[in-house]
Amino acid sequence: MDKFTTLQGIAAPLPIVNIDTDMIIPKQFLKTIKRTGLGVSLFYEMRYDTEGKLIEDFVLNTKPYDKSKILLAGDNFGCGSSREHAPWSLKDFGIRCVISTSFADIFYNNCFQNGILPIVVKAEELDRLMSAAGSQLEFNIDLPNQSIQVGNHSFNFEIEDHRKERLLQGLDDIGITLGYKEDIATYETDKKNQKPWLFGDL
Amino acid sequence: MSNQSPKTLFDKIWSDHLVRQRDDGTSLLYIDRHFVHEVTSPQAFEGLKISNRSVHRPDATIAVADHNVPTINRQNIEDPQSKIQVETLAQNTKDHSIQYFDLMDQRQGIVHIIGPEQGITQPGMTIVCGDSHTSTHGAFGALAFGIGTSEVEHVLATQTIVQNPAKNMRISVNGDLPFGVHSKDLILYIIGKIGTAGGTGHVIEYAGSSVQSLSMEARMTICNMSIEAGARAGLISPDQTTFDYIKGRPYAPKDSHWDQAVEYWSSLPSDSDAHYDHEIVINSSEIDPMVTWGTSPEDVIAVNGTVPSPDSAKSENKKKSIERSLDYMGLKPGTKMTDIKLDKIFIGSCTNGRIEDLRKVASIVKDKKIASHVQAMIVPGSGLVKKQAEEEGLDTILKNAGFEWREAGCSMCLGMNPDQLKPGERCASTSNRNFEGRQGRGGRTHLMGPELAAASAIKGNIADIRDFS
Repeated sequence: MDKFTTLQGIAAPLPIVNIDTDMIIPKQFLKTIKRTGLGVSLFYEMRYDTEGKLIEDFVLNTKPYDKSKILLAGDNFGCGSSREHAPWSLKDFGIRCVISTSFADIFYNNCFQNGILPIVVKAEELDRLMSAAGSQLEFNIDLPNQSIQVGNHSFNFEIEDHRKERLLQGLDDIGITLGYKEDIATYETDKKNQKPWLFGDL
Repeated sequence: MSNQSPKTLFDKIWSDHLVRQRDDGTSLLYIDRHFVHEVTSPQAFEGLKISNRSVHRPDATIAVADHNVPTINRQNIEDPQSKIQVETLAQNTKDHSIQYFDLMDQRQGIVHIIGPEQGITQPGMTIVCGDSHTSTHGAFGALAFGIGTSEVEHVLATQTIVQNPAKNMRISVNGDLPFGVHSKDLILYIIGKIGTAGGTGHVIEYAGSSVQSLSMEARMTICNMSIEAGARAGLISPDQTTFDYIKGRPYAPKDSHWDQAVEYWSSLPSDSDAHYDHEIVINSSEIDPMVTWGTSPEDVIAVNGTVPSPDSAKSENKKKSIERSLDYMGLKPGTKMTDIKLDKIFIGSCTNGRIEDLRKVASIVKDKKIASHVQAMIVPGSGLVKKQAEEEGLDTILKNAGFEWREAGCSMCLGMNPDQLKPGERCASTSNRNFEGRQGRGGRTHLMGPELAAASAIKGNIADIRDFS
């Protein structure tokens, strides 16, 4: 997995609440069997009209936001479907950090699987960041120090230690778990005795 | 927590599946059953191949194609991408010796319908699937939740998942459900009350006499939409209704295993003095038949209500969100919900595509005709639901009323297959999401239960089942 340490760049403001994963990447793009190539379809219905032409005033279609690495959005970002195509499309577009007041659980998890940092901030901080983003100020995201710095304003954010470590080191979660293979085998032996009905062939 | 301290149903399942804590502090949770479908699995199998890893327990994994499949002309999937996805699943399951119900198998259907139907879903299990509506299986007292594709790969490779414990929330609904109010109304009411992020970080246990009195089908409708309340999972205590439903199904425990299983299942209900981080108590008499007016499942109102005004919003954000929804839905504040004219009716999905739902619809539309301006479609949740409905003669009643009778799949709930709304079309839908573009770009979705959808098909407008005769 790609590592995440620090990130600099302008941020795209998208002040809408409850942005669901259908909005992030609509159904027709879920037919792929690959993880890549979805960036062009990110926010498809907000970015393109019914004839497939760019909607010029949508934030990610305007310069310099069309090169944003950071996205700011309203409450409950990523709700709805579990599709990992949502973080895949964000990443393929170039977005490595999403800032909101809250995230839906599955989307939040999926971000970490893909080297994307989701940051939770308070509502008043988000308002302040939205206006900084609107002024095209440069954001500095520093994961080791858990800080966001914009202009001369700087503040810290919370993140669970294990998630931070995984991003910093770009760790393969499956590899880590396979290190506990013997524990899993022991668990299975115990349960075969206690709950034998769970171990018949499906 | 010591073994003696009182535990919730969630706590019990959690501790029984905890393999160990990893050094990074996260918990490694064992997964009993893993459902796999064509849309969220190809990249996971590809990942296994690249890393030269195998499937740890093919015997605990079951696969079906449902999201992307046509509901007519099954033999030929016209969309080349959909075809590749379905074929990829068939190949992957063959390569890894995973049980796969193919499109011609009568057992094929929506993954969350067939798990319970086959008796694969059982109390006390941990169940995952790369699909947010995995919460459905919580109706059996199983800890069931949706995961992303990377986690699908993790479960395939290790039969475990990395988690942190969720918080416990209990929502108790007490009393007999009023006339015209059913399980879909109950869950829509709850989502309206707590909001689409109300359950974030929690597992919701639904309790109380109203919930206990429900059939398994009705309980599944409730747990199914836990994700629309933001919860990680929904749970209902297993009881005799649960055991009776499971008994005799193809994958249910047999003989002495059955007795052993029932004994274990009976130990699962929450201890009476267990602690919940959050408790909500609802009196069922508060609840009306419910319908959504906006583009989030929390945008819900009693069917005899009116479209709300942005001015009623408690915050500027909410006001903007109502304005955006009303604009998308083409609705004006103050409009009576029952004055809203419909173009399409969709009955189906993992929320309401079970036999009981079809029976309800048939009983309402029997000897009637759908309004001449609406197109109505019924998509049974599985091939076996379809077969049973046909054996009971429901298909004849429904077809006579003017409904199209389709093959099983997810269909217009998400419109990955050709079943979609056109821009501006308005649909009464028994599915679970009314997001912008969910059922087709520009399509307008009103979520409701099958009773309301059936009555609405006849009226051609959103209808209040209580006024319908």
